Parts: sequence; structure tokens; C-alpha cells
Amino acid sequence: MITANAKTTRIAKRFAELRARGEMGIVAYITAGDPSLDATLRYVLALAEAGADVIELGVPFSDPVADGPTIQRASERALKSGATLAGVLDLVRRIRQTCEIPLVLFSYYNPILQMGLEKFAAAAAAAGADGVLVTDLTPEESADYRRILAARGLDTIFLAAPTSTDERLAKIAACSSGFLYLISRTGVTGAQEALPEDLPALVRRLRAVSPLPIAIGFGISLPGHVSILGGLADAAVVGSALVSEIAKAATPEAAAAALAARMRALKDAARRGLSRRENAS
Amino acid sequence: MSSLTQPAAAVPGRFGPYGGRYVPETLMAPLEELERAYEAAKADPVFRAEFESLLKNFAGRPTPLQHAGRLSAHLAGPKIYLKREDLLHTGAHKINNAIGQGLLAVRMGKPRIVAETGAGQHGVASATVAAKLGLQCTVYMGTEDMARQALNVARMRMLGAEVIGVESGSRTLKDAINEAMRDWVTNVRTTHYLLGSVLGAHPYPTMVRDFHSIIGREAKQQILAAEKRLPTHLYACVGGGSNAIGLFHEFLADRAIKLVGIEAGGRGTHLGEHAARLAAAQGYSGARPGVLQGTYTYVLQTADGQIAATHSVSAGLDYPAIGPEHAWLADEKRAEYSAVSDTQALAAAKLLARLEGIIPALESAHALAGLIERLPQFSKDDLVIVNISGRGDKDMDTYARLL
Repeated sequence: MITANAKTTRIAKRFAELRARGEMGIVAYITAGDPSLDATLRYVLALAEAGADVIELGVPFSDPVADGPTIQRASERALKSGATLAGVLDLVRRIRQTCEIPLVLFSYYNPILQMGLEKFAAAAAAAGADGVLVTDLTPEESADYRRILAARGLDTIFLAAPTSTDERLAKIAACSSGFLYLISRTGVTGAQEALPEDLPALVRRLRAVSPLPIAIGFGISLPGHVSILGGLADAAVVGSALVSEIAKAATPEAAAAALAARMRALKDAARRGLSRRENAS
Repeated sequence: MSSLTQPAAAVPGRFGPYGGRYVPETLMAPLEELERAYEAAKADPVFRAEFESLLKNFAGRPTPLQHAGRLSAHLAGPKIYLKREDLLHTGAHKINNAIGQGLLAVRMGKPRIVAETGAGQHGVASATVAAKLGLQCTVYMGTEDMARQALNVARMRMLGAEVIGVESGSRTLKDAINEAMRDWVTNVRTTHYLLGSVLGAHPYPTMVRDFHSIIGREAKQQILAAEKRLPTHLYACVGGGSNAIGLFHEFLADRAIKLVGIEAGGRGTHLGEHAARLAAAQGYSGARPGVLQGTYTYVLQTADGQIAATHSVSAGLDYPAIGPEHAWLADEKRAEYSAVSDTQALAAAKLLARLEGIIPALESAHALAGLIERLPQFSKDDLVIVNISGRGDKDMDTYARLL
């Protein structure tokens, strides 16, 4: 089994740095190709500059069953603009020409399967991706996938959920490298006002089975959420809130500026911890 | 016992390479819970008795196996029998599975069900069973389908179900399933997803097949009683494939019996014009194995793995993937699959109405059209059962417009 990469990827390095500084990380999700791959390149660089620790690049898919309306519409826009998995891999290559931020590809399984696992893993590694998360792939169906990705030094990140039993959490932890992505609540992606009350207990259950860093996502949109997660999670994943900024902005320049402002506020909260009395505007 | 009745027994939920469980992690524990509950229910005589009692006294089973004398004479081919699932309560075979899963939801203590529907038959069946068993019911339906199956929308609402229109994608069955899955993943602790075909993640393809296998068991007894021999051919339409697998399952082990599934050929063979997943030999393009909505099976898709738009005049067949067991039966050459066009299906519906006094659902009309297309291949001694999976009331607007 190949586990050496767990120590050497950009992802592991970034989480080690965060731990050393006692700081929580921010994982930023945006859908690649929304509204164009050129725009996504600009957004990634802006987010990295503003302090994002990891970028998740969403590979658009026609049937995103795990996503709420915000990311569904982003996927539709990206597909309309002609984005494909091959195009997203080329975007990774272009990002890598100037930027060393850890990059995770966030995809549904079918586009990867159609490219072929070997071809995908080789291309993703060559382009400079660090890890892959497949929304609709669970440990049980993933033996080939894990073997092939690990051979290319790619981290395999799996989702853990509030409904996961302790037995499943252990299985998920054993199949994951880089970090664990913990879904904060049952449901699809999308911004929410409040975080679920049973979250600390869920994090404790996951910590009990794995030393990997834990990133918490689904429903995280505000600096206030981030400060609540301080001391609980190693990182917060912010997705739909960023995708909304892109959808709202009149131009890619305006979107990049809005993303950077959002990211700075989130990262400040992650560094310092903010009051929970923040308003949800 | 033939290995065909127990495919890949070592891996539950696999049919050869097809099937499996490809879902977000949140749904894994609920699927495991459902699998355990179903296995326990299957072995429980009380559950079975309740299921059979509702099939008989509520749904109206057994359904007749009717000799289609005038149709057989007109076609001058094989002797044709019709399995009359259209006579069931709510008007289609879908009620078999809805009763089974409804009872299972009660057994699991889930007070609410969600369902998707294409033609509306599964939605009506789910709403009906929810009313009968005292469950809350939400049905997702593409707005394109709501327009062409308006009668069924009204029926669901009268039965107390909430019908939510789905505006995303092609606004048909596939998009309704996406939305039902999103509801389920959000409300999973209180809600059972009453999936309406042999699709989705394990245990659905197996469980839904089992609930419909009564169709084939009855048909076998009935044809033996009427003809003192087994049929030579079985015909059924295939969207997801639940009525087809329900009829085929009892006959799988007997390889002499030809099993034929008829898909929707729509208005052409190009990707986007049809819903034929296993008819590449006829020139229908775009189907390859892939993962959609929880299962690995043949899927109509683009070269880079985006799910393709489909077309069929029949809302119930208008879907880009096929049940994984059908994919395996096709690979194994145990069943044959081919497609007929919208036009052929409409003509078959009219013929059945005029010769036998039965207005079939557009879906079921495809099965008959498939038989008619293959007429030259039959001999006089052949004995065919065609599954009339549903009645045509819901399609009257389409028939009135196009015939």
C-alpha cells in the first residue's frame, strides 16, 4: 500500500503549517468553468492571495444530486460555457504556473469514470492537482480508484456524514489521505444561518478514529460560523457563499474582488476568532 | 437452480459488473438500514401476509392473463396473451412496489415518503399507498411531465400528496429523481425514499424487482392453466425496467423462453432523440456503462460523461439509464433489447384499442409495437405474453392530439 504521499503532498504540508501556527484553515470551493475557465483561473489566484488554504475545484456535472440550487446553477453555467473534466485539468496546469496553493478536484464519479481512472489519475497528477474528492463514491466502491490515485501521489478525500456509524467513520478514515471532509448536517450543499448542535459530538466521534485533519463543510458561509468551528475543526469549507458572489457579480473583475473580500473576512475569523453575534447579512 | 437467478451472489446488489451503491455518504447508513429492514421483512410471515393481502384486496391481484384473440388473428403471427396489469388499482403495475415499500416505511418507523414520477403512475401509486397507510407523501415531477400527464397530477393532489414541480435539467423523470434524492438526503431520519423502478443504489434494484415478481409468478400459472405449456416469448417495455423484470424474473432460469425488452426509440437515433440504452445494434447512439443516480449501468451520455437529454412520447420511458439487472441480462444475452419509435408505439396503441378494447399506456404500447416489428420472426406455434403494464387514461391528451 502506498501511504508515503500522505506526508508529502501540498495538502499535508499546509495542514501541518496551520497546526504549527494554531490556526484554522479555510477550504474554498468554486465550480470550475463558472462562468468560464479563464474566470476561474483569476478567482483561484484571488482566493489564494486573500488567504485561502486549500482550493476545491468543482468539476461540473449534469446531475449534481448532492448539491443545492446555488451549485446546481453554477454547474449549469459551467457546462453551458463548455467546461469538461479535461478542461478543468488544463486549468489546474495553468494555476500551477504561478501558484502553489493545495488543489483538490471535487467531482461526481461519472466524468472520471468516462475518462478512465488511469488516464484521469495520470493527467491530474501531471497537471499539479493534490487530491480528489468524489461526492458519490464511498469506500466500498473505491478499491481501484484508491489504488490508482495513490500510485500517482494523489490524496483521496472521502466524505463523512452525520448519519455515518462509528464503523463507517473508521472505514472512511482508513480510505482517506490529506484530510477528512465532514458534512456538518444531513442535506445538500448550501448556505445556512445556524450550525447543527450535534456537530461537536460528531467531530469527537471522527477524531476517535483518525489523526487526519478534519475540514467541516455544508452550510458554512459566515465568519461567525468559522469562529464557532475554531477549536473544533482543522478547516472550514466555504462553497455556496463564494459561488453566490460569482453569480451576483457583474464582471469577472468584480467577482474576483468580492471573493477576495469574503475570503479575507473568513480568514480573519479563522485566525482570531470572532463573536458569535454577527448578523447574517 | 440456474446461476441466472442468483447473479453474483457473493456481492449483494451486483448484477455482473452492474449495480452497486454510488451515493453521497449521508445516504449510506440509511441504505444499509433499508437493506436490513427489507431482508428482515422478506423473512417475516406477518409482513408477507400483509403484502399479499393488500395486493389482493386493495390492488386487485391477481390480474387476468387474457387471450388476445382478435389481435392474434389480425397479426397472423404467434398466439398472444396480455398480462393485464392495467386493471390494477391506480392503473398500472407500479402499485405492487408502492405497497411493498409503503409497508416497509411503516415497519422502519418513517412517517413520510418521497417519490419521483415520470408518467405519474408511480406518483399516483405512492400517493395512494401513503393515504392507505397514513403516511405523509411528497412527489417530485418534472414540469414537462406535469404538463403531459395533468390527470395524474390532479389524482395525486386529491389523494393528499404534495406534488412539487422540478424545473431543472430536462424537467423529466431524471430530474425528478435528483430532486427526490436531495429531499431524502435532507430529511433522511424521518423519510423513506419510495423509488419507483429497478434503479438506484442497492437494495433498490433487487427489492423493487422482488415486489414486482408476482407478475411473472401469476403469468406462469395462468399460461400453464390456459395452454398447458410455457410461453415462447415475453414482451415488456423498459424505461427503468420494473414491469419487465417483474414479468421476466420467474422465467429467467428457463433459457428456452425468449425475454424481450422494448425501449423508447423516440424520434431518431441521434443522442437526445431517444431513450434507447441497449439498442446500439439498431444505430441508437450514446449509451455506455457509467454511474447515474446510485447505480452502475448503461447510461446515455456525452463523450465526457455528462448525462444526455432523452426524448420519448412516453414520459415513463423517457430516462437515460436502465436498471442494472437489465444491463447484465443484455450482456449475458439472456434477454434481448430493442427500440421502437414514438410513431410505432402510437400505432400499436390504436391497434390494441380497436381490436381488443384496451387503451394501453403509451409505455405498454411500446411492448406491443416491439412484437409487431418482429412479426416476421415468429411461427404460428409461438406463444407470447405481452405485459400491458398500465392503462392509457393518463395519455388521452397525447392520443387525442397525435392519432
